[in-house]
Formats: sequence, C-alpha cells, structure tokens
Amino acid sequence: MNGLCYRGNIEMPAISVENVSKRFRKGQAGYRTLREDIYNLTGRLTRPRSSEGADKNYTWALKDVSFQVEPGEKLGIIGPNGSGKTTLLRLLAGITRPTKGKISLKGRLGVLIELMAGFHPELTGRENVYLNGAIMGMARAEIRRKFDEIVDFAGVGEWIETPIKRYSTGMQVRLGFAVAAHLEPDILLVDEVLAVGDTAFQNKCLGKMGDVAREGRTVVFVSHNMAAVRSLCNRGIVLNQGSAEFAGPMGEAIYYYQGLMRGRDIQAVKRMQGLQVVGLRVSPGSSRPRFTSDGPLVAEMDFFTDHPLPACYLNFVIEDGDGRFLVHSRTDLFDLWPSFGPGLHRVRVDVPRLGLRGGVYTLWFRLYVAAGGVTEMADSDRAMLEVDGPQVGGLVDVPCSWSWTEVKG
Amino acid sequence: MVESLRNLFKYRELLFVLTQREIQIRYKQSVLGIAWAIIQPLALMLMFTLVFSALLKIPSDGVPYPLFVYSALLPWTFFSNSLNRAIPSLEANAQLIKKVYFPRELFPVASVLAAGFDFLISAAIFVGLMVYYRADVQFTVYLLYVVPILMIQIVFTLGICLFASAVNVYYRDVKHALPLLIQVWMYASPIIYPVSQVPERLQTIYFLNPMAGIIHSYRSVLVKGVAPTDYYLAIAAAGSVVLFLVCYFYFKRIEMEFADVV
Repeated sequence: MNGLCYRGNIEMPAISVENVSKRFRKGQAGYRTLREDIYNLTGRLTRPRSSEGADKNYTWALKDVSFQVEPGEKLGIIGPNGSGKTTLLRLLAGITRPTKGKISLKGRLGVLIELMAGFHPELTGRENVYLNGAIMGMARAEIRRKFDEIVDFAGVGEWIETPIKRYSTGMQVRLGFAVAAHLEPDILLVDEVLAVGDTAFQNKCLGKMGDVAREGRTVVFVSHNMAAVRSLCNRGIVLNQGSAEFAGPMGEAIYYYQGLMRGRDIQAVKRMQGLQVVGLRVSPGSSRPRFTSDGPLVAEMDFFTDHPLPACYLNFVIEDGDGRFLVHSRTDLFDLWPSFGPGLHRVRVDVPRLGLRGGVYTLWFRLYVAAGGVTEMADSDRAMLEVDGPQVGGLVDVPCSWSWTEVKG
Repeated sequence: MVESLRNLFKYRELLFVLTQREIQIRYKQSVLGIAWAIIQPLALMLMFTLVFSALLKIPSDGVPYPLFVYSALLPWTFFSNSLNRAIPSLEANAQLIKKVYFPRELFPVASVLAAGFDFLISAAIFVGLMVYYRADVQFTVYLLYVVPILMIQIVFTLGICLFASAVNVYYRDVKHALPLLIQVWMYASPIIYPVSQVPERLQTIYFLNPMAGIIHSYRSVLVKGVAPTDYYLAIAAAGSVVLFLVCYFYFKRIEMEFADVV
C-alpha cells in the first residue's frame, strides 16, 4: 500500500527495517519545472542514458540500513547532522517511501516529529486540539474524553478559547506536546522536539515520555541531547553518512558517537531557511596543543546567510556529558543584538581561562533571529571538547584564593 | 483502488475535521463572515443581468434572466470554488505532508466539501428567487433530477481536483494558469447564454465539456421544468466517472512522492 504493512502477529518485532535505502534528488529539494523535464525528456531521446550521469543528480540519504525493534524496547538514534536520522524517522512514520528495502510496523503509530504542524493560527486552542488530535490519529470521542487533561497538561487555562496566533511560542509548543502526549500509541516516534520550551517544560515532557516508555510501549527517539537519550533508551543506533555504523546498548552507542565526533573534522551544514552554518572551529589558542582547565579557548563559527538578519542574538554553550549547561553565554544578556547582511560571517568567542574540570564536553553555538514576532534559530554542529586537568573538585574551576588568620576572642 | 477507498473511510473523522477547518478559517476575521458565500454568486448574478440582459440583450429561453443566470451560477460557483481551493491545497499543506502520514487526497476532498458547504448556503438564495419568480417557474417532478446531476458534478469536480492538485505539487504553473482556465471554462459553458445560441453543428463538440452538459441539465430541470437531455447527461456522467477513476488512480500512484517534492 504505502510501503508499510501492519501485521497482527504477537511474535513479530514492533519495527522491522530491512536493507532500507533512500535516494534524494540533489539541488532544490526535488522541485521540478516543466522546462527541466522537457529538457530531460529530449535529452533521453537524443543521447543514450548513462547510469553514471543519473547518479550524479541523486544523493543517498540512507544506505542499506537494517534493524529490528522488539515491542517495549526504547531505541535511541544518534548521529551527526546530515547523517540521515530525520529521513529514517520519516520513513518509519510512513511519510515517504524507501527507494529500496522494506519497513514493517506492528501497532498504532504515534509521531512527534513536529508538534505544531497541524496547528492553524486563526483557530482557537480548543479547535486546534481537535484538529491536531485528528491529524495525529485520535478519534473525536477520544479527544473529547481527554480534553480537560490535555488543557491541564499544557497549562494554557482560559486561553483555550483564543486563536493561537495570540499565544506565545512557548504556549503553542506546550499545547502541541500536550495533544501528542495523550495519544497512547503502541509505537512512539520522537524527533528533537525537546529543543524548544523552557527547562521545566522539557523535564515535564521527558517525564511524560518516560511514563510512555514504562507502560511497555515501543519508543524510537532521535536526539542530540545525550542526557535525554541515555535516560530514556536502552538500545542505540549510530547513523553516519546514511549508514548504521553501530548498534548496541545505549551507553556504548553514545561512546561510539562521541568518538566519531572527536575524530572527524567538524564541518557541519545546518539549514535554517537560507542560513547555513558552514564551519565550527575550536582551538586552545595558538601556542598550546591541548585544552587545559586554566588555559584559554577560542571558538569560531562561520555561517552564510542569503538574506539580512536584523537583531540577532547568539548563544555559546558548553555542556557536560549529562547535558547540563556549564557555560551558557548569551549576547542578549549583555544587550548585544548584532545584525548581519547577506554573505559569509564569522562569530568568535574568546575565553581567556576555561575554568572547566578535566573531562569531555560538548560545545556549540546557536543563532536566534527575531523577526516579525517569530523567532527562528540555527544551531552549529556540536564539537567535542576534551579538557586536561584534575577531574575532582566540583563542576567548574572558579579561581579561589585562600588565607587564614587567627581571630582573637 | 478499493483498498484506498476503504482506507479513506478509516480517516473519515479526519476528513470531517479538515473540512471543518476549511470552513472555519475561510471567514475568520471578516465582518460579513459566512455572508460572503452568498454575496459572491449574488453579485455576479446582478452584474451579468445588467451587462448581458439589460445592455446586450442576450436571450434566456423565456426565463427571467436573473433566475436563468443564477440557476447556472450556483453550480458553477461550487465548481470554480472547488478548483480554486483544492488545487493549491497540497502545496498549502506542505508542512503537514512532510510531517505526518495520512491519505493525501483528504486535502483536495476536504476543499471540495468546504466549497459544497458554501454551495448549500448560496442555494438558499436560489430558493428565494424561485419563490419570487414562481409565476415563471415550472415546478415539475423533474426537479428530482437535481440529485443525480449534483452527484455527477461532484464526481467530475473530484476527478479534476485530484489530478490538478497532484500536478501542482510538481509544477506550480497549474496554480498560475488556474484563474485563466476557470474564466475560459465559464465562457465555454452555458452560463450567461442559453445552449440554443450555440450553432447546431458545433453542439456535439460543445457537449464534450462535461460542465456544459451538467449546467444545461440543471437549468432544464430547475427553471424550465423539462427533463434533461439524456444524451448530454449520459456523456457527462460517463466522462466524469472515467475521469475520476483515472485521476484517483494516478493520485494514489504518486502520492508517496509528495513529501519529497512539495
């Protein structure tokens, strides 16, 4: 039917992916024009088709990926940007069909790929709950039954009768997750949805997903948040350049991923509507070979934008293995709002003294653009940061000077 | 094909919700709201009456011109609204198509159903006109023909919308050609003029346009009180069913590509 088949056999794995490959057209996301097609058609008639030429126009997003997920298992899919994670999730969700191979799912599928995809800004919160619920596959009676619970979870209160275009982004996200969280699927697919919202709400979402997992449902979770993946998943797959390079226990998968990130030249491309982060470099200054607790750090991010970006603010984050933000420098806190014209730009952060304990950290940039009431953002890839130094004595190394005197009573 | 239809039935609640959304958002933040569904064909009727009847003296088979033109404008507005809404519907819902799976034909079908809702509202005006001109209207048993004619029209509209909305995913040219196409099509159908004005020898070609047969039939049964010309209606019916099946098959065949392309 659409590349998915639903089987009722209890013995079957919940998800079975067999030799799946997915090919995309290069360039403008497969968008064709009539002229191009006519050109191709005449080309096909006048010169013989060479398979080599055809291959140049295509790129393989996934190459021969196979795995199975047993019912109740929690699978984490990790990998660098552009490794095919989202493509794999879309194939599992039945949104696109694999070019080669076969995917079978057993049970009701719930997808948290984009929480607000079904929202319409002109409709009220109530109308959107019904709309989004129906889009996610809930029956009307089911939504009606859970309606109060959903509103309660989202914490939107009396706003429920207001068009959601008047909501803050945070409220929209909360309402979106609240609908999704009440879906009760057999298989839950989750993509990086937790990158939005405040910490308290993120924790609430993680808690809810933990509940879903404990209820014996199957979960497939795609994330960059290693702490979240580690706490939710028991098995992991590492994707790299379209291939499943590692499959095994989650802890080992994270270890493999971190090795991968450390070993590779960090050159990432992340698209955000005309904005590409094209490079991320970290160095411990010119004279030193390694990062040390009391040494400096220089981080640079290059990005390219095809349109002017007024009033941006930048975040610079160093995160530990548990996903805690140890350094979170934000230009908006200094009231710095740089603007960038079209072209290539470089952003640089100088840290004179790192002040981190010895260990492995993750480092990244985020660029926010606030325009017309909408905030867009783009992330750099994540760089691994290995710091030499003592591994004891708190999370950060703040300079402290000691002295002592005797106080006469 | 049968499986597709069964699958569609499974998603009927979503179809209902999507149709409801179409209707709700159409008139949000407008003062006149749902009245627009009536204003549109009513304004056209007044304009056409003024231009084509009062000024150009186009004959109307002895029926008062407002009634004559409205009996055609009513189904025609349903048809053109369906096209206008359904054909860009897949493109407009690109975000959803990329993020969630459900049968993609729900979008164009919901658009047609929403246009049908407007149609029902503007039909009230027609009932009013019928009462006003009751002396000139023949109320006969042939009025019942409206039901099968409407079915034929819906099947035909769905076929066109499924096909054109799918092609529009690949070639946005469709969207740009649409207003022009609708205009030409309107003049190619017996809306402002009666079929009797079409030269006899051209009528065979003329009725190859299913909308010509459909509109002509509406007018025959609604205001003239005569049976529709079976031959033309049969052409429209057969053409519509074949078109629908071919277009639906085509749509289902390429629907899984939409998320990669749109």
